[in-house]
Amino acid sequence: SQQVRGTATLKMISIRLKSVKNIQKITQSMKMVSAAKYTKAERELKLARPYGIGAQEFYKKAEVKDEEGEKGQLIIAVSSDRGLCGAVHSSIGRIVKTDIAANPNTKVVIVGDKVRNILQRLYAKNIAMVVTEVGRKPAVFGDAALVAQSIINSGIEFSKGKILFNAFRTVVSFRTTEMPLYSQNAVANASKLPVYDSLDSDVIQSYTEFSLASLLFYSMKENATSEQSSRMTAMDNASKNAGEMIDKLTMTFNRTRQAVITRELIEIISGAAALETKN
Amino acid sequence: MERMALTRSALRLFSGRFTQACQVRGYADAPSMSLTFAAPSQVLYNNISVKQIDVPSFSGSFGILPAHVPTLAVLKPGVVTVFENDGSTKKFFVSSGTVTINEDSTVQLLAEEAVPVDTLDISAAKELLAQSQSQLASASSEVAKAEAEISIEVSEALVKACE
Repeated sequence: SQQVRGTATLKMISIRLKSVKNIQKITQSMKMVSAAKYTKAERELKLARPYGIGAQEFYKKAEVKDEEGEKGQLIIAVSSDRGLCGAVHSSIGRIVKTDIAANPNTKVVIVGDKVRNILQRLYAKNIAMVVTEVGRKPAVFGDAALVAQSIINSGIEFSKGKILFNAFRTVVSFRTTEMPLYSQNAVANASKLPVYDSLDSDVIQSYTEFSLASLLFYSMKENATSEQSSRMTAMDNASKNAGEMIDKLTMTFNRTRQAVITRELIEIISGAAALETKN
Repeated sequence: MERMALTRSALRLFSGRFTQACQVRGYADAPSMSLTFAAPSQVLYNNISVKQIDVPSFSGSFGILPAHVPTLAVLKPGVVTVFENDGSTKKFFVSSGTVTINEDSTVQLLAEEAVPVDTLDISAAKELLAQSQSQLASASSEVAKAEAEISIEVSEALVKACE
């Protein structure tokens, strides 16, 4: 019966070993794929950065401030649909939660399924809109324009707004950042707006609408790069951990195998010795 | 891209004039102008000092020199001409976008798409114009009509740019 137990444990260990080896193969290939996507995303981000930074300049130079009003806050949480990328989605979800707790009159536009899953349980009524099919392919301006158009068409009003996303810093680090969003009224009442010549509400409306699409595009690009680099790191760690588990399991497997052989030898020898003494 | 302002305000002042907001000073010692001209997928100028920029906007085409009065404008499909400091001129076709001129003479020209004019193919542009005109003829809904009209505007500007 001890013998049987030995071989049964051997079987269990070898099954476990095979499965961990498979997982390691999968995480390694996911890491390769993420690395390729990250290189592309980083290249596109470099080209998009002057555009994104340029789009924010006016609001800084004109010293636009949040509207005084009770129309509430709008948060656009930019993330994606796919997981296994470290803290990318949870960091956004965490900040949205603290924001809603501090300011219950908040509407959230969610870009990406993962953050929706995080917020749905407790804050379902704050969710104004969810955008899905995000993250599979690199974002283009048309995607951001589509989201911006939907937000505009839905007629959401807000006094204070922000876009929440993960800004890319380096391959191993990203920072969850917010970009301020200003309503048309906020722009119209900006302290330095009179300096700007010949503006009417048409121009301001067109400007803010285009600006929304531009800022969204920029945040999507930053977030995509952060996500791919985070996934690369996460899968690399997973492969390393799997490798450690494989080493430990192999060690246990060999020890168990040797123990089984030793036990068999002992049984054979003691059986033979017993026969001899009988004779 | 959807046309964002379907009405052009008749009362909008034509901003081709240069009003000096502060004391009079000669253009000889005007401060330089820093241009950031970018599209979502490419950077054409990033904080580069230039002499003059001509932009096509819905409130009229105007030229921007250093110390231009601050303003915002929405771009129309057309040609942007950049006069660089060394005297060379570069022309780009833009589809749409915005231009911001700030108090400190920094200019942000954000175009949805911008291509150098010499990469345009006039026959393809004429074909696009014919296509959009037939689209307008067969358009049924308001949205389809507006889209066809935008397409015609862009292709007309394209053809004009090629000539």
